[in-house]
Amino acid sequence: MFGSKRRFDIKSYPGFLPVTLLCLVILYAPLLVVTVYSFNASKSITIWEGMSLRWYVDVFVGPESEKFKVAAWNSFVIAIIAASVATTVATLAATGMIRAGKFKLRGLSFGLISLPLMVPEIVTAVATLIFFNAIAFERGLMTILLAHTAFCIPFAYLPISARMQGIEDSYEQAALDLYATKRQAFTKILLPLMAPGIISGFLLAFIVSLDDFIITNFVKGAGVETLPTAIFGAVKQGIKPNIMAISTMLLAVSIVMVTVSYFVSKSDNTK
Amino acid sequence: MNQDNIAINVQRAVKRYGTFTALKEISLSIYDNEFFTLLGPSGCGKTTLLRMIAGFEDVTEGAIQLFGQEIETLPPNKRPVNTVFQNYALFPHMSILDNVAFGLEMLGRSKSEARAKAGEMLELVQLSQFAKRKPSQLSGGQQQRVALARALAPQPKVLLLDEPLSALDLKLRKAMQIELKHLQRETGITFIFVTHDQEEALTMSDRIAVMSAGELQQLGSPRDIYEAPRNMFVADFIGETNLLEVSVDDIQNGRATCHLGGGHELTCNEVQGIGVGAKVHMSLRPERLFISEAAKETASLRGKVVENIFVGTDISTIVDLADGPNFIVRTSNSDRGNKRIFEPGSDVFVNMELGAARLLVD
Amino acid sequence: MAAGAASGGSATTDTYREARTWLLLPSWLILAGLSLIPVCLMLIYSFLTKEFRGGVIWDFSLAAYDQFFFDRGLFGDDPAQIEWTYIAIFWRSIWQASAATLLSLAIGFPTAYFIATRPERNRAIWVFLITIPYWVNLLIRTVSMKFLLRDQGPLNDMLIGIGLIDTPIHIVNTNFAVQLGLFYSYLPFMVLPIYAAVERYNFSLSEAAADLYASKFTTLRRILLPAVKPGVVAGCILVFVPSLGSFLAPDLLGGAKNFMIGSLIEEQFKGNAGNWPFGAAASMILLTIVLILLLIFARQQARAEKEAH
Repeated sequence: MFGSKRRFDIKSYPGFLPVTLLCLVILYAPLLVVTVYSFNASKSITIWEGMSLRWYVDVFVGPESEKFKVAAWNSFVIAIIAASVATTVATLAATGMIRAGKFKLRGLSFGLISLPLMVPEIVTAVATLIFFNAIAFERGLMTILLAHTAFCIPFAYLPISARMQGIEDSYEQAALDLYATKRQAFTKILLPLMAPGIISGFLLAFIVSLDDFIITNFVKGAGVETLPTAIFGAVKQGIKPNIMAISTMLLAVSIVMVTVSYFVSKSDNTK
Repeated sequence: MNQDNIAINVQRAVKRYGTFTALKEISLSIYDNEFFTLLGPSGCGKTTLLRMIAGFEDVTEGAIQLFGQEIETLPPNKRPVNTVFQNYALFPHMSILDNVAFGLEMLGRSKSEARAKAGEMLELVQLSQFAKRKPSQLSGGQQQRVALARALAPQPKVLLLDEPLSALDLKLRKAMQIELKHLQRETGITFIFVTHDQEEALTMSDRIAVMSAGELQQLGSPRDIYEAPRNMFVADFIGETNLLEVSVDDIQNGRATCHLGGGHELTCNEVQGIGVGAKVHMSLRPERLFISEAAKETASLRGKVVENIFVGTDISTIVDLADGPNFIVRTSNSDRGNKRIFEPGSDVFVNMELGAARLLVD
Repeated sequence: MAAGAASGGSATTDTYREARTWLLLPSWLILAGLSLIPVCLMLIYSFLTKEFRGGVIWDFSLAAYDQFFFDRGLFGDDPAQIEWTYIAIFWRSIWQASAATLLSLAIGFPTAYFIATRPERNRAIWVFLITIPYWVNLLIRTVSMKFLLRDQGPLNDMLIGIGLIDTPIHIVNTNFAVQLGLFYSYLPFMVLPIYAAVERYNFSLSEAAADLYASKFTTLRRILLPAVKPGVVAGCILVFVPSLGSFLAPDLLGGAKNFMIGSLIEEQFKGNAGNWPFGAAASMILLTIVLILLLIFARQQARAEKEAH
């Protein structure tokens, strides 16, 4: 397809395909290797001793299982709540930004919404820690939840606002013309049309919360762990096979969610 | 059309967006049961006026009455008018039937009643078999009919149509023009139709309001507007015409004698507001001119044939008047038997009846 | 129509104008409270006095910035000299982030270009393939990278296995490992804007260049690259900025010798040995650098936008 037999093609440059493939290899090789080694029967991470589910069993019943279970539960609950709140707030904000006419504070509002994206994560972490310290808010699960909610908002906002901009306002106008109130136009027309954007916004916010390490590491209380901080603590002692098993499971969750998000956002219910 | 009963009365309506004035003091009355068209090029303000009647744009100054009731402060969902949108705006996540039933449901009818009525409307537009489908599964023409059914289902007092045919291909558009006209007669509802297509406007309307640059240029029946354009804009926008600069030499017994340079002279009907000495434009419709070898008794202008252009139903002949402007003369292909086609270079006379030339106020 | 466009076609419509304040209020409150105010507080904290068990004493002090830039000896009474330790860490961070950005550009540009020139129906799948790893936990990705690159790791095993090398190459705990880790962390940020720019590029310009005797390489350099430059700049900024403040890649892949800003800041808030005002000051300096970069970027994008019209 890219060979010299093909007629002159202004678009193709030699070498770009190999670089693309190299790029994919770099991206996927580490993940594949870890996935494969998570099924290693050996206690050593270097020697391959055949297929086994031993480390998956270890994750659930092994000596560290309790710690990881609590951490996983914390991560999950925080991600669900933070993503739900962030998605709701982002949906309302997108409606206010895109469907409520021009207004003076629009630029400022947009700046505020994208602030967590512009500030480096470590700076957000420091600032949030200082904030909780200044108001003497005791660090624990609640501080993690609050911090996650704030920085999930822009991630939920992006797909939601992109979607909303793609929906012409003539649908809502038609609803108003057909005697719907504004509230009805919002709930019966705009929200259903927004569903794919809202779902992918939620999923992205969920993943971002589930993945966060730096901010969580700063604002978590002593002894409170989420999955990433627990994994980080364990990795500091060296990469163990059970960590690879956990990583593989987490990896699978992320890939499933992103895939769902991808297909949801592709399903266009306005066409 | 019921001239005693005014459906929509627009009184000195002004629309401004910041410093830009989209509508400059428009006043017009639309009768009950009338097929009324707002015609003009894009940006002329016709859609703005329609959206003001629908309630999507607020009125900067002036008033709009619906059967005598002031409506300009009511939100769209409180106005008994419905709109057929340019892109139809059918709710993509609802079935065709639910789309058509939507307005009735919002008016508080029960779901079953709304659906029954929606079913009837779909029958009216011959789409009953598609009731369960989603809008995306229908062709453009079918979507258009659903949009009509949806807007008509709540039995609005006035139906607003915002260039509803512009997305259809030519054949379908012609068929829909006739269907729309029938539907208007059948339902007896006042239709206000927005278009930039002058042919469409002439075909369908009882009356046409020609608009340009936010101003009303002329209001009248299709025939009035075509045959007696008030000004240059209308003459030029509606149909094809020869626009000539003339000066009025003499007016007697309702006849104005004008000359157009190069010693050519023409007589036409007097127009109020144009006196002797005025330098104005004159409109001559090409199909009302004819060519002959010898001068006729009526207005006759001497010239030379430059070119014949075959345009299907007609032949357009370009004639260069000696020391004067170029003329287009249209000869219908159907009377070729009676009329000769002159080869380029032939010396000919361009003739017309008295009423063919029309002086324009501005 | 012009008037219609002003109301119907623009991105901002006003159906819910009356409810605007209520729609925006939750986001204002949350983000002002948990994002804007904390950053302001951080600025204040950087001018406070450190408390020895972590935290601050509310006394105004320039000590944090003084410590960052000047060396006054062990007891603080020597004549001030420029303190290079922290500047060096910042400098190394900038260098590492730049190298990671160049690496991302070198691999990301051909990739983005390749994807953007695929048939339209396949493009989304390619983009999806490139972005999947980004959504996998950054920590897991970095750990995986470390696992792969270890001296006894699968990469070295494979290279020795096929006889390419005799002894393992040390990659982990080198600058290159950090660059690779940063590349791996933020590659989609390079690919996506370039992809978007190339997708918008009108290829009849390339055809016109070829028609006027330009070689493919000249066409790339003189026609295509200038046209997609805003996308390239966007990609570089989007990789550089998070790389600069990153913590995981330098911490896990770089080791103690390859300390970067992220680790420096993190240390100040860990346990009792930390120095909060100093950490806040370092964060402020980092934030300032980033905001200046973003400002330059925004102006450049605005100019490109103007030129495009």
